[in-house]
Amino acid sequence: MKPSDKTPGKSGAARRQFIFDSAKMACGVGMLGLGLGLYAKQSKALPALALRPPGALPEEDFLGACIRCGLCVRDCPYNTLELAKPETPVATGTPYFNARNIPCEMCEDIPCIKACPTKALDHALTDINKAKMGIAVLIDHETCLNFLGLRCDVCYRVCPVIDKAITLEMLPNLRTGRHAMFLPTVHSADCTGCGKCEKSCVLEESAIRILPPKLAKGELGKHYRIGWDEQKKAGRSLMDESKIQDLPDRMPEGAVLPGHYDPASGQTAPARGLPGSEAGAIPSLPPGLGGKP
Amino acid sequence: MSLKRIGADAVAEKGWLKAHQWLILRRISQLGILALFLLGPLAGIWIVKGNLNYSYTLGVLPLTDPYVALQSLMTGHVPEKLGLIGVVIALLFYLLLGGRVYCSWVCPVNMVTDAAGWLRERLGIKGSVHLGRHTRYWILGMTLLGSALSGVVLWELINPVSMLHRGLIFGLGAAWTVVLAVFLFDLFVMSRGWCGHLCPVGAFYSLLGRWSPVRIAAQQRAACNDCMDCFEVCPEPQVIRPALKGADKGLGPVILAPNCTNCGRCIDVCSKDVFTFALRSSNKTAAG
Repeated sequence: MKPSDKTPGKSGAARRQFIFDSAKMACGVGMLGLGLGLYAKQSKALPALALRPPGALPEEDFLGACIRCGLCVRDCPYNTLELAKPETPVATGTPYFNARNIPCEMCEDIPCIKACPTKALDHALTDINKAKMGIAVLIDHETCLNFLGLRCDVCYRVCPVIDKAITLEMLPNLRTGRHAMFLPTVHSADCTGCGKCEKSCVLEESAIRILPPKLAKGELGKHYRIGWDEQKKAGRSLMDESKIQDLPDRMPEGAVLPGHYDPASGQTAPARGLPGSEAGAIPSLPPGLGGKP
Repeated sequence: MSLKRIGADAVAEKGWLKAHQWLILRRISQLGILALFLLGPLAGIWIVKGNLNYSYTLGVLPLTDPYVALQSLMTGHVPEKLGLIGVVIALLFYLLLGGRVYCSWVCPVNMVTDAAGWLRERLGIKGSVHLGRHTRYWILGMTLLGSALSGVVLWELINPVSMLHRGLIFGLGAAWTVVLAVFLFDLFVMSRGWCGHLCPVGAFYSLLGRWSPVRIAAQQRAACNDCMDCFEVCPEPQVIRPALKGADKGLGPVILAPNCTNCGRCIDVCSKDVFTFALRSSNKTAAG
C-alpha cells in the first residue's frame, strides 16, 4: 500500500471497526431483546385464577397500557388487589386478585378505575354491574353440596347480582326419587366475575370458580339461530305451524309413553298417576303444538 | 495498600462534613423520597401513593415516569389525563435540573450500585469486563422497539429499578434476587456496570439532561492539582475531562455531557474546590 493510500485506508479501517462494533452491539442487544420478547409473550398467559380489576382491558392490551403504579391497589378499600411480584406467574408489577383470597366487593363508585392514570382500567365503565372480571363456573358437580341434594345455596345467597347472575334451578332428585335438587346456575350475561361465590363456597376447595370468559364460555356458530329466541323476537312462529308434520313415533308394539302425544292417532296417552301433569306440560311435546289435541 | 483513600485530601482540607455534604444531601433525598412512599403503607400517613412509575401526592400532584409512559405509548396506549399531566411535570423537572438527577438523587438502585462501587474500591477488586458506555442507548432503543413489537411495556418485565422501589413499598417478593444480581455484577463483573453501562432508564434520562441548565462546572480548574480523586469517585468519569482539562482546546468549564448525574461527588472530594454547581449558560462567559 502506497503512503498516499494511508489516509483513506485508515478511515476505511475505522469505518469497518465501526460497522463491526455496531453489529456486535446489535447482536448482543438483539439477543437480550429476543429473550425479553419471548418472556413478554409468556407473560400474556395470565393464569386462569388470577383476575384483573374491574374494567381491565383484554390481557394483550392491558400489559401495554398498565404502567404498574399500584394506584388501583391503594384505592381499593378492601385490599382485594395486589401487585404481582417477580416470582408470581402474572406480569411483574401488574394488579390482580385471587377471588378465593379476597373477592371484589363491587364498590358502586369503582375507586380502582378512578385511580388508574392510564386506560388500562377502562374509565368508561361506570356501572360496576357491567364489569366482566371473569365468569363464575360451577366447575365440580361431584362435590357441590346442592348437587348432592343438600340446601347449601351459599354461592347463590352471597351473589351481589342474586337471581340474575346465579339462580337456583329446581330439578327432581332422581337418586332419592322424592326430593328436589336446587342447582346453582350461572347466567354469564349478568355475572361480573366478582368472585364472592368462589370466596364463600363452603368446601375445602371451591366447587364454583371464576374463570376468564375465554375459558368459561362456549361459542355457537355464527349462523346458529335459537328458534325460541327468534320466535320471541318476531312475536310469532317463523314458520307456518299448521304445515309442521310430526312423524309417527316408532314404538315397540303395545308400548305406551305416558303423556305422549302421537300425531298418527291424534291421541295423547294418559299420564300415569303424576298429579298435575297435563299434555301441554310434557317436555317431549314439540313447541307450537301445545294446544292442538 | 499504601494508596490514599479517595477524598482523603478533601477531608483533611475541608473537614469530613464538608467533604461529604453532597453525598449526605443525596442520601437524604433518596431515603427521604423512599420514606415518603413508605409512610402510607407503614404508618397509614398517605402523602404519596403509588411508586416511581406513577405517583399521586396529596391528591393534587401527579408524577409519571416519562420512560415508562413512552414505552406504553409505543404499544399504542395513551395515559389518562392525570397520567399525562404527570409526564409533563416530570419532563419539565428533569429538563430543568438535569435528567440524570433521577439516577443520583431519586433512584433506589443508586444506593445499591454505590455500595458495590464502594466495596469494590475497599476490597481492591481490579479488572472489569469491558463494554461501551453507549450500550445503554442500544438497550434503550431495544426496549422502545420491543414494546412496539410485543405490545408489552417491555423493560418493566425485568426493570430492577421499579422492582426494588415497588418491592419496598408493595412487598419485595423475589425482587431482592434481581437487586442482589445487580450488586454482584457491579462488584465483581463490571465496575459501574449497571448504572454506567446498561441501565436504559438512566440512558433515557440522560437524553433529557442534554438541555438542562443546571450543571456542574470546573470553575476553578486552574487550581487542579491532578490528584485524580474526582475521576476515581465519578460514576461517569468520561464526562469530567473536557471540562476540567479542556482549557487549552478552548472548551468551557461546564460539564456538558448529559451523562453527568449532577451527584456532586466531585465537588465533595476535591480539596481545591475546583467544582461547583453552575448554570449551563456560564460556560460561554467563562470559556477560554
